[in-house]
Amino acid sequence: MIANFGYGVLFITFLVTLYSVFAAIYGDRKQIPAMVESARRAMLLTWPLLTLTAGVLIYLLVNNHYEVQFVYEVTSRSMPTYLKITAWWGGQAGSLLFWSWLMSAFASLVTLRKWDRDREFLPWVIVVACITMAFFIGMNVFFENPFAQLYQTFDGVAAHTLRPADGVLFTPEDGRGLNPLLRHPGMVIHPPMLYLGFVSFVIPYAFAIAALITGRTDDRWIRLTRRWTLWAWLFLSFGLVLGGRWAYDVLGWGGYWGWDPVEIAAFMPWLTGTAFLHSVMIQEKRGMLKHWNMPLVILTYDLVIFGTFLTRSGVLSSVHAFAQSAIGPLFFAFIGLTLITSVALIIYRWNSLRSETQMTSLLSREALFLLNNLLFMSILVVCFWGVIFPLISELFTGQKVTVGPPFYERATSPLFATLLLLMGVAPLSAWGHSTVKTLGRAIWKPTALALVVTIVLFATYTQKVGALIGFFLIALVILVTIYEYWRGAYARQRSQGENVFTALWNLTGRNRRRYGGYIIHISMMLMAVGILGIEIFQMETQGTLKQGESLSVANYELRYKEIAQWDDLPSGVNYRRAVLDVYEGGEYLGQLAPRIDYYYDSQQNMTIPGNRSTMRDDLYVLLVDWEPVAATGATFKIYVNPLVNWLWLGSLLFLAGVVIAAWPEKEAERVAVKARARVQQQTSAAD
Amino acid sequence: MYKLKFLQITNYGLLLAVLAAFTFAFTNQTIVFAQGPTPTDDEVNRIAKQLYCPVCESTPLDVCPTEACRQWRDLIRTMLTEGKSEAEIKQYFVAQYGARVLAEPPNRLVTYLVPAVAILLGAFMLFRGFQMWMKPSITETDAADVKPAQDPYIARLEEELKKQK
Repeated sequence: MIANFGYGVLFITFLVTLYSVFAAIYGDRKQIPAMVESARRAMLLTWPLLTLTAGVLIYLLVNNHYEVQFVYEVTSRSMPTYLKITAWWGGQAGSLLFWSWLMSAFASLVTLRKWDRDREFLPWVIVVACITMAFFIGMNVFFENPFAQLYQTFDGVAAHTLRPADGVLFTPEDGRGLNPLLRHPGMVIHPPMLYLGFVSFVIPYAFAIAALITGRTDDRWIRLTRRWTLWAWLFLSFGLVLGGRWAYDVLGWGGYWGWDPVEIAAFMPWLTGTAFLHSVMIQEKRGMLKHWNMPLVILTYDLVIFGTFLTRSGVLSSVHAFAQSAIGPLFFAFIGLTLITSVALIIYRWNSLRSETQMTSLLSREALFLLNNLLFMSILVVCFWGVIFPLISELFTGQKVTVGPPFYERATSPLFATLLLLMGVAPLSAWGHSTVKTLGRAIWKPTALALVVTIVLFATYTQKVGALIGFFLIALVILVTIYEYWRGAYARQRSQGENVFTALWNLTGRNRRRYGGYIIHISMMLMAVGILGIEIFQMETQGTLKQGESLSVANYELRYKEIAQWDDLPSGVNYRRAVLDVYEGGEYLGQLAPRIDYYYDSQQNMTIPGNRSTMRDDLYVLLVDWEPVAATGATFKIYVNPLVNWLWLGSLLFLAGVVIAAWPEKEAERVAVKARARVQQQTSAAD
Repeated sequence: MYKLKFLQITNYGLLLAVLAAFTFAFTNQTIVFAQGPTPTDDEVNRIAKQLYCPVCESTPLDVCPTEACRQWRDLIRTMLTEGKSEAEIKQYFVAQYGARVLAEPPNRLVTYLVPAVAILLGAFMLFRGFQMWMKPSITETDAADVKPAQDPYIARLEEELKKQK
C-alpha cells in the first residue's frame, strides 16, 4: 500500500515534468507569460514531490519492508538505521531516484533566482532541466521501479509494479543486505558528492541551450553559470577523490585508482568540465572561443549522463550485457538525441558565435588556454577509447579484450606532463599578447629554482628519470604560483603599506577567482606528488608467515604476532584480525592490524588494510589469506606507498581553493568596471 | 561505486574454479611437481599482476580475493615450478580463456593508433585555428588598433610595480 503510494507520487512527478516542458515551450512560442510562470511553478513542484517519494522509500528501507524488491536487495535486519537510509543509493533503482531528487533540488534553486534581466532564458532552462528529469524519472517509472513488490504466483516469486491477477504478496523474512563495500563511511558520502557534481553540470548546459535557442549568445550565460560550474566541478572533483580514498581504505589492492571503466566514466566529465572552466575565461575576457565553449558544455552534459549510466550498470563490459539491459539502449538514445539536437542548434547559430577579437600571439594566455583544452580533450580521447575499445573489438572481431592500467598510464602520462608544463607557463603569460622575451623574463627565475630542487632530489632522493621530470614540473608550477603571489603581495605592500599577511589576504580577497585558481593549482601539485610517489616508487611483497616470523620490504620489517577470529552477531559480521609488530631499521614503531570481515547476510568478504601513514610513506598491510586448520600461518601482502599522503592533503587544499574561487564577490561587476575604467584612463593619459 | 562488482561474484567464482581445474587437468601437459625450488609469492604476483580473470572485471589477478583467482595463482605457481617462463604462462592462459586475460589488447597498434591519430587531428585543427585567427582580416582589424590587449589587472599590477621602482 505504502509502496503503491510512493509509485503513484513518482508517476505524478513524471507527468508534472512533462507538463512543465510543454507549458514552457507553449508559453514562449505564444508569448503567454502566465504559461511560462505555470511551467516554472510546475518545476518547483518536482522537488517536494520527489522528496515525498524519497521519504516513502526511506520509510520502507528503515522499516524492513522486504516485500519491496529494492528494500530486499539492499538492506537486512542487522544493518544500522543510518546505513538503511544510505542504502537509498546502494542499488540502481534507488540511485536513479536519488539523481532525480538532487536534480530537482538544483533546478528549483536555479528557478528561485532573480530572472529580471534574463527572462528569455527561463523557459528554455526549464525545458532542458525538466526533459533531463523526465528522462530519469521515466527510467524509474517504467523500467527500474524502486517500489516494485514481490508477488508469489504460479510461476514463482517475481517483482511487479501492480499485483498480478493470481499473485499474493510475498514478504521474505530478511533482506540480502547491502554490499559490505558500500557500508564504509566513504561510500556514504562519495556517491552523493559525485551525483551533486553530475547534476549541477546540467545547469550550465541548460543555460547554454537557452542561449542558443534565444540567440543571446554573448557571454551572459557563462557569467550566470560561472559559479554553478565551479560548484559542480568542486563536487565532482571531491567525489572522485573520496572514491579514491574509499578504494584505498576498503578495496584492499594497495592503490586508489585502477583505471576501471566505472572510475573513468566519472573522470571524463571532470576532464571536459575542467577544460570548460578554463576556456570560458577566454570568452569572458576576450570574446573568443564561443564556438568551442558550446560543444564543451554539451559534451560535459552527455558525459554526465553516460557516467551516471555506466557507474550504475557496468553494462559496457560486454555487448550482450548491453543488449540485455533494459535501460542501456534508452540511455544511449537519450545521449544521441540530446547530442544531435545540441549540435544542430550550434550549427543554426554558427554565425552569431563568431569571435569578437583576433588571436595576436601564440604565447598569449588565450592561446595557452587553448592548448590546455587540447590536452584535456586528448586525455578524454584516450579514456573514451579505452572504455569503448573492448566493445568495438567484440563487435567487429568477436574477440573480447581488456584495456587495463598499462594502456592508460602509457598513453596519458606524456599528456599529463605537458599539462603540468603548461600550468607552469600559462599564469605568467598575458591576455592578448606575450612574446618569448616577456615570458622568458618572467619564467627564468622559477625555472632555475625548480632545477635546483630537482638536483637536490637527484642527490638525496631518487635517480629515476621519470620521477625527476615529474618533480621538476611540480616544483616549477609551485614556484611560478608562489612567484605570482609574491608579485601581487609585493605591489600591495608598497602601494598600500600593508604587511605581508594583510597584503596576501587582501590580494586573494580582491581577486578571488585568480588566486583561488592558483591555490587549486598548488593543490593539484601536492596531489601530483602523491600520484608520482605511488606510481613510481610503490614497493610490495607477499609472504606466508608463521607466528614470530617476519617479512621485510624497503626499510621495514613486519613480525607476525597473533591472529584472532570472532563473531559480532548483532551486526552479522565475522572478524579475522591479525596483529603485526612493525620495525624500521631495527627500531620498534608500533603495531598494525589488517582484517578480513565476513558479512553473513551478503556472504561477502571485505579486506581492511592495516595502515601506518606518514608524509614520507604509507605502510599498508593486507591479510590475504588465512587457513583456520593451520592456525599458525597467515599470508600477508605489504605495500610501501611513498608520498601518498600528499594526495589527500592536496585534496583538502583543493577544497579551500575552489571555495575561495567560487565565493560570491560583493558587487564584483561594479569593481571590475571601475578597474577597467581606471586602466583606460591611465592608458589614454599615457598616450 | 568503484569496482562494485568486486565481490559480487561468488557463484561465478566457484564455477570458474571448477572450470580452471578441468581445463588444466585435460590439457596435454604433464603436471610435474617440485622440479625446482617453490616460487615465492612475489614471483607469482609479478605474473598475476598482468592477468585478469574473465569474471572479476578490472581486478588484476594478484589482488583478486575470489577463490577462482586464488586457484589461478596456484596454477601460475605450479607452472613456475615446472620451469615455465612468464611468456609461456601468459600464453597458456590466453589459449585457454582468450585475449581478455591480458591487461592490454594483443593488437597494440590499433589500440594506440586510434587515439594518437585523433589527438594529432585535434592538434592540427587547433594549429589551423591559430593560423586563421592570426590572419588579420581587412574588415575586422584596423592595423593601427593592434595593440597588446592587456589584462586590466596585470596592467594595474605592472603600473604599481613600475611606480615603486
